[in-house]
Amino acid sequence: MDHAAGKPVDPRVTEAMLPYVESSFGNASSLHTFGQEAKRALEDARAKVAELINAEKRESIIFTSGATESNNTAIKGVANRNKDHGTRIITSAIEHMSVVNSLKFLTTRGFESVFVPVDKYGFVILENLEKVLTEKTILVSIVYANDEIGTVEHIREISKIVHSKNAYLHVDATAACGQVPIDVKNENIDLLTISSNDMYGPKGVGALYIKEGVRVEPLLHGGGQERGLRSGTENLPSIVGFGKAAEIAKREMQTNSVQLTRLRDRFIEGLLKPIPYSFLNGHPTERLPDNVSVRYSFIEGESMLLSLDMMGVYASSGSACTAKTLEPSHVLLAIGLKHEEAHGSLMFTLGKENTEEQVDYVIGLMPGIVKRLRAISPLTPKELNA
Amino acid sequence: MMYTEKVMEHFRNPRNMGEIPDADGVGTVGNPVCGDLMTIYIKVKDNRLEDIKFKTFGCGSAIATSSMITELAKGKTLKEGMKITRANVADSLGGLPPVKMHCSNLAADALHAAIEDYYERQKAKEVKG
Repeated sequence: MDHAAGKPVDPRVTEAMLPYVESSFGNASSLHTFGQEAKRALEDARAKVAELINAEKRESIIFTSGATESNNTAIKGVANRNKDHGTRIITSAIEHMSVVNSLKFLTTRGFESVFVPVDKYGFVILENLEKVLTEKTILVSIVYANDEIGTVEHIREISKIVHSKNAYLHVDATAACGQVPIDVKNENIDLLTISSNDMYGPKGVGALYIKEGVRVEPLLHGGGQERGLRSGTENLPSIVGFGKAAEIAKREMQTNSVQLTRLRDRFIEGLLKPIPYSFLNGHPTERLPDNVSVRYSFIEGESMLLSLDMMGVYASSGSACTAKTLEPSHVLLAIGLKHEEAHGSLMFTLGKENTEEQVDYVIGLMPGIVKRLRAISPLTPKELNA
Repeated sequence: MMYTEKVMEHFRNPRNMGEIPDADGVGTVGNPVCGDLMTIYIKVKDNRLEDIKFKTFGCGSAIATSSMITELAKGKTLKEGMKITRANVADSLGGLPPVKMHCSNLAADALHAAIEDYYERQKAKEVKG
């Protein structure tokens, strides 16, 4: 139940990829038959990804190696290409590290980064965004929905504000795309990051939607593939798989979303109701269908993960103890949690193969796990251990 | 799994977990802000650690090292107790992941703090007496 970390590839996706792994060795840039066949498969996949987000045309999609590259291209690419218009770039306090660190890098190259705070649910505070959005702002980068807390941002409103000052809006839809309907035309999004694996496609491939007319400088220079914005021979098997995953996501999103939301709400209630001093992270309803993020006072996340692991359940935590750094998740701190509260967080990201029985199994385990760890913890109030 | 079987065994079945209400010395180290906080309680008789218990908030290795040190220290003299190092605790558990060596290996410090607390209390008693 840790699908945010990696999803299984849909068997229909694997099947679609196989011919391109085994025998279709054409290079989409070649003129001969093999090359043209490859080119057709590439453009077919591009069209499917474009359809998923209602892009005006398939050429607006460029394929990348994944969400990290898409975020880097969007942020550094827009910054470098538009610095004659300004140097300010705005983002939120709950972004993925590929956004945060791209911005940090740019501040060493003469750009100015501003982080807009979020409220206790994780919504970007719109008044704060308005305040820092100057005429010199060239780009605003906001996550569609953060996978640690699940809160789905108010992109339409953010878009209106951003465009009132003629800045570009980049949206990181890594966790959201394929789970909730996204319409770049309707929501007026200039750049959108999409990940293949997050919609049951293969890893190592992603896309960046770039609206026509948005000026972006490439990160990779070479043979000029992907309209010169991403040189390098296309990773055709993975791109074909990504296309298939996008096609399936578009067709099955509604059904999956209803099913997952029901499972999610059952899970959240079951994790919180029987256990005192337990809380939900993020918004109760405006959240991704797959996201269950809770916290328990007086105990630490990694010890909960280990306890679940022993029972065959795999989850994740915002605790520092599970990360490479010694700091708890910046996302959990940004929604106002104290360090010790962030350490007690537990995250499940459900997948379409998870069942009610599995959810009920975990619900059944948690009271015992929490009780045992609270008995060990010196922070637990005496009456709780009685 | 990133932990040794020995760490997991102590995590599953921690030894000497709990408090000693009339402890002769108490040592607390760490900080819930960092994600690790442990308290060691000791009972001393004839300069020996007659009883020792712990309470810990923290990750798996924080709980396992707390449990391990109570096993290592129980029955030892206070001097011997002061000589138990962080490395001894980690070695007895078959090693800890490198990232955990610093942050979650506080048990030796907690034991030393408890013994020092005991000495302080003795000194205070002598002054009074």
